[in-house]
Amino acid sequence: MTALARKSDPAPYAFAQSPCGGLEMEIMGAALRMRASGALLDLAHQALIVADLHFEKGSAYGMRGQFLPPYDTRDTLDRLEAEVAALEPRVVIFLGDSFHDGRAEDRLSSDDAARLVALAQGRTLIWLVGNHDADGPRRLPGQVVETMTLGGLVLRHEPEPGEQPGELSGHLHPCARVSSGRGTVRRRCFATDGTRMILPAFGAYAGGLNLKDAAFAGLFARPPLAGALGRDRVHAVGWRSLTSD
Amino acid sequence: MAEDAALPADLLPAAFADWFATRGWAPRAHQLAMVARARAGRDALLIAPTGGGKTLAGFLPSLIELAQRPPANTPRGIHTLYISPLKALAVDVERNLATPIREMGLSIIAESRTGDTGAARRQRQRVKPPDILLTTPEQLALFCAWEGARAYFEDLSCIILDEIHTLHSTKRGDLLALDIARLQTFSPNLRRVGLSATVDDPDVIRRWMGFHAGEDAPPAVDLVLGPAGTPPIVEVLLSEGRVPWAGHTAQHAMAEVYEVIKKARTALVFVNTRFQAEFAFQELWRLNEDALPIALHHGSLAAEQRRRVEAAMARGELRAVVCTSTLDLGIDWGDVDLVIQLASPKGASRMVQRIGRANHRMDEASRALFVPANRFEMLECQAAREAIAENRFDGDPPRVGALDILAQHVMGCACSEPFDALALYEEIRTSGPYRALAWEDFEQVVDFVSTGGYALRAYDRFRRIVKGQDGLWRARNADTILRHRLNVGAILSPAVLSVRIAGRGGRAGRKVGEVEEGYLEALEPGDTFIFAGQVWRLVGVTALDVLVTPAPASDPKLPSWGGSKFALSTFLAKRVRELMFDQSHWSVLPADVREWLELQRDRSLIPAEDEMLVETFPRGKRHFMVCYPFEGRLAHTTLAMLMTRRLERMGAAPLGFVCNDYALAVWSLNPMDGVDLDALFHQDMLGDDLEDWLAESYMMKRSFKGCAILAGLIERRFPGAEKSGRQVTFSADLVYDVLRRHEPDHLLLRCAREDAATGLIDVARVGHMLARIQGKIRHAVLDHLSPFSVPMLLEIGKERVPGAAGEMILAEAAEDLIAEASS
Repeated sequence: MTALARKSDPAPYAFAQSPCGGLEMEIMGAALRMRASGALLDLAHQALIVADLHFEKGSAYGMRGQFLPPYDTRDTLDRLEAEVAALEPRVVIFLGDSFHDGRAEDRLSSDDAARLVALAQGRTLIWLVGNHDADGPRRLPGQVVETMTLGGLVLRHEPEPGEQPGELSGHLHPCARVSSGRGTVRRRCFATDGTRMILPAFGAYAGGLNLKDAAFAGLFARPPLAGALGRDRVHAVGWRSLTSD
Repeated sequence: MAEDAALPADLLPAAFADWFATRGWAPRAHQLAMVARARAGRDALLIAPTGGGKTLAGFLPSLIELAQRPPANTPRGIHTLYISPLKALAVDVERNLATPIREMGLSIIAESRTGDTGAARRQRQRVKPPDILLTTPEQLALFCAWEGARAYFEDLSCIILDEIHTLHSTKRGDLLALDIARLQTFSPNLRRVGLSATVDDPDVIRRWMGFHAGEDAPPAVDLVLGPAGTPPIVEVLLSEGRVPWAGHTAQHAMAEVYEVIKKARTALVFVNTRFQAEFAFQELWRLNEDALPIALHHGSLAAEQRRRVEAAMARGELRAVVCTSTLDLGIDWGDVDLVIQLASPKGASRMVQRIGRANHRMDEASRALFVPANRFEMLECQAAREAIAENRFDGDPPRVGALDILAQHVMGCACSEPFDALALYEEIRTSGPYRALAWEDFEQVVDFVSTGGYALRAYDRFRRIVKGQDGLWRARNADTILRHRLNVGAILSPAVLSVRIAGRGGRAGRKVGEVEEGYLEALEPGDTFIFAGQVWRLVGVTALDVLVTPAPASDPKLPSWGGSKFALSTFLAKRVRELMFDQSHWSVLPADVREWLELQRDRSLIPAEDEMLVETFPRGKRHFMVCYPFEGRLAHTTLAMLMTRRLERMGAAPLGFVCNDYALAVWSLNPMDGVDLDALFHQDMLGDDLEDWLAESYMMKRSFKGCAILAGLIERRFPGAEKSGRQVTFSADLVYDVLRRHEPDHLLLRCAREDAATGLIDVARVGHMLARIQGKIRHAVLDHLSPFSVPMLLEIGKERVPGAAGEMILAEAAEDLIAEASS
C-alpha cells in the first residue's frame, strides 16, 4: 500500500461521459476528451495527443531472432488514422517514444512511412522526443521538440516528480487492474488527479505498468482516477476499485 | 498373439533364474514373453495392471543383454534409455532397479537424470554415459538438441517408455514420438518397449509408438498382455445423510469418510482439485478426535513439504493422505489398502489407475470407495463402479501431432547438427503422430522456424536457421542455440507465485508453497483462506510473492469452489444416461436419489439413452431453458455460448447461462417455450457462429500463448532477464490481436484454433452431440422448475459469466465509483 491509499478523498472527480464513449474532464482550464482508443483530444486546440507508439518494436525483437509478427507499426497506424479521420484534428502531438529505438525510423516500410507523410497533409505533426527516440524522426514531416506548451498545459514525455499542475505526459504506460468475484481485467488507462494526466501507451506492442506500481507514487496530489480503455468507451475507475498485479 | 505359446527354456540365463528362485518367485509369463520379443528383435507393448512386475518385465531383456555382453576396451554409450512422465518415478525406478543389479552382482550402471540432477552428475553422464539412463521426455528433447547427440546415442539398443498411456495423447507425447524417431536414425537397430496400464484400445498406443515404414506396412509393435489381475472391490458410499442437490465438496459425508479411514490401515483420499484437497483436509482434521496422522499432498505445496509427506508415507507412518492427481502415477507406497474418491471420478480409466494405488500386489483385490458429492454424481459413481466391474474403459482418440511441437523439434534438430529437409521429413513421418504430415505443412514449419513464416517477409535477413551452400539447414549462431535450450519441452506451467509468511516491514519470509496466478484473485488483503492445511490472512501480493500471516481459529473465506478440471468422459456419460433411463436399475441408488428421479419422471420426463431432454419454464421474472446433454462442462460452455447467440437472434433476449458436467441452463427475458429446438440445435451451429465467437474469446488467447511458447515465438525466459508471467500474458495477447488482424491464416493461429477446438472448448464433442440428438430432442414445457433443474439453478451466481464479462466488470467498477464518491 502506498501513502496515497490513506489520504481521504476530497471532492469527487468532475467528469462527463461523451456520446462517443469518451470521458471529458478539465485540467487547468483545458477541456480534454479521453478516447477509447487511448488518444487524448484537446477540444480548444483541436489537438490529438498520443503517447508511446513504439513504432517497429516488433522488428527490434526480430533482429535478435524473436520473430514477433511484423505488423505492429501498421496496426498502430491503422488506429491512429482512424482517430484522425474521425476527429479531423489540426495538430497531432506525439508524446515521445514514438519509435522503439534510434534505428526504427530506418526500418519503417515504405508504405508505413508514406502513411505518416500523408497524415501530415493539412495538419501539423509535433514529435516530442522520449528516452527510446532521443533524436526524434529525421526524415518524416513535422517538428521535433523536447517539451511544449498548449494553452495552460505543459507537454513532455516523462512525468516530472512531485506535483505538476497542467502536465500531460506518457512514458509509464499506465494500466488499471480491476478484480471482481467474476474475474479480473487489466486494461490500458489514462491516469489523472485532475491537475495532471498520464496517457496510456498507444503502440500495438507496448506493455503496461500497473497504476498501483511504486513508479507512480508521489506523482499525484490525491488518489488518481483511472480512465480505463474499454471496447467502445472509457470507464472511470476509482482508486479503491483498482488492485495491484 | 498375446502370450508366446511355447517359450524356450533357456530364456533366462542361470544367474537370473537363480535370482528369481532365491527371492521365492517364478518369472511371470509376460516377463518371459518380453524377453522372447526382445530376442526376436521386435518392438513390444506390455499392458499389465499395477503390481504385475511390469517395470521389471520392461528391463529384464536389457539386464540380460548387459549381463552377457563381452568386455570392451573402449567406453560404451548408453544401452537402454528409460523415459518416465514423472521425475519422481524415474528416481523411484532407479532405486528399484538397484536391487536386482546388486543381488545378481551385475556390473551395470543405472542412473537417473532429471531437471533436479546436479551439474556435476550431468556433466559426468555426458562424458561417461551409464549403461541405463532413466529420464523424462523433456530431458530427452534436450539431449536431442545437443551437438553430440548422434554419437552419444549410436550404441542405444533399447528405449523403454513407461506409463505410456498418460503420454501418447498429449503434446508431450508428440515431442517424445519425434525424439524416438530421431534416436532410431542415430541407432537403426533400436528396439522400442512400451509399458502401459490397461487401456480401452491398445492399438492406438501401438500405432503411436511404432516405427511407420509406410501406409501399408504391417504393425511394427507386438502386443504382450499381462495377467488381468484381481478385479477391484469398488463401493459407492450410500450416505446416511441426504445426498446434496449440488456442490462438489462432499461435506455431508465427511464423518462417514473419517470412520472408514479409522478402519483402514492406510487410505489415499483422492479429490479432483486443490481447493477440494484443502477443504477435505480441513474437514477431516476437524473430526479427527483420535489425532490420526492425516496428511495433505497437492501440486501447490512446497516441494520439501511434499517430499516429507512422501517419505512419511513410505515409512508407513500415515493413516491417510488427501491428494490430487499428483499421486495418480506409479510411485510405490507400500501399505495403502483403501482408495477413497471424493466427488465424481469423471472417467473409468483414471479411477482404475487411482484404485491401483491400493495394494500394489496382484493377488489381492484393491479396495475403493466412491463418495459422490451431489445427486448427479451419485449416478456417475454408480455408472463408474459398474464399468470398472465389467472391465470397460474410456478410449483416447488417435493423436495427430501438433505443428507448434514440430517447430520446436525442427529447431532442436538444427541445434544438434545440420539437417537435410527431405531426410528430416522422412524421419518425422516414421513417428506415429506425424505419419500423415503433409510436405506443405512441414515446409511451412521450417519457414516458421527460420523467419517466423510471415507473408510480409520482414525477417528474411535475421533467420534463426539458415540453409547453407550444401543444402543443409543450420542454427544461426550460439546465441540462437542457447535460447532454444532454455525453451525446450512441452509442459506449460502457469505462472506461479510463492506463498510466504510476511516478516517484519512487509518482507517475505519462509515459503509455505506456490499458487498459480489467479488462485487468490478474488481475495482482498485482510481476507483469510485455507492453504497447505492451515488458515492464513492475506497481507498483500508483490510481484512474485503472496505474503500471508497465520490466522488460526478464524473462519476462512473460501476463494472459489470450481468443479473438477477433468471433463466427464464420453464413455462414462453414456453409461450415466443408460443408468438414468433404465428404471429397473435405480435400485442401486439411495432412497433420496431414487425419489428425485421418480419426481423428475412424474413432473417432467426422463429421456431415453439416445435422447436429449430440454425443459423450459418460467421462474420469477425470468424464463429458463435447461438442457441435459451430459457431455462435460467444456462442451456445455461452448454449446451455451453458441446457443445464446442464436437465442438472441430468435428474439428470446438471453441474459446469462450456467454449466456443469451434466447440463446447462440459459435464462432470458422472453419465454422460450416456442423456440424451434431443431433449428436451435442444428449442426450448422459449428460454422460461422463458432468462428465469430472463437476469434474474440479469451480461450483463443490462452491457447495462442501456449502455442507461441512451445513453437519458440515467445520465450519462457531470457538469459539473464526473467520475465514474470504477468508480462508474458500481456504481450502474448497483444501479439495475438495484431497477428489476427493482419495475418489470420498464420501457422500459429492455425495451431491455436486446433488446440482451442480440442482442449478448451471441446468442439468435436459438441459436434458429435449435435449429430447424436438430431430428431431426438424431447421438449418438456413446464410451469415451474423440475427436480433435475434444481442443481443447475443452485449454481447460478457461483459461476462467472464469460463473454463480455471484462466490459461488465469495468462498467461495474465505474458504478462503484459513484457509490465511492457519494459515500
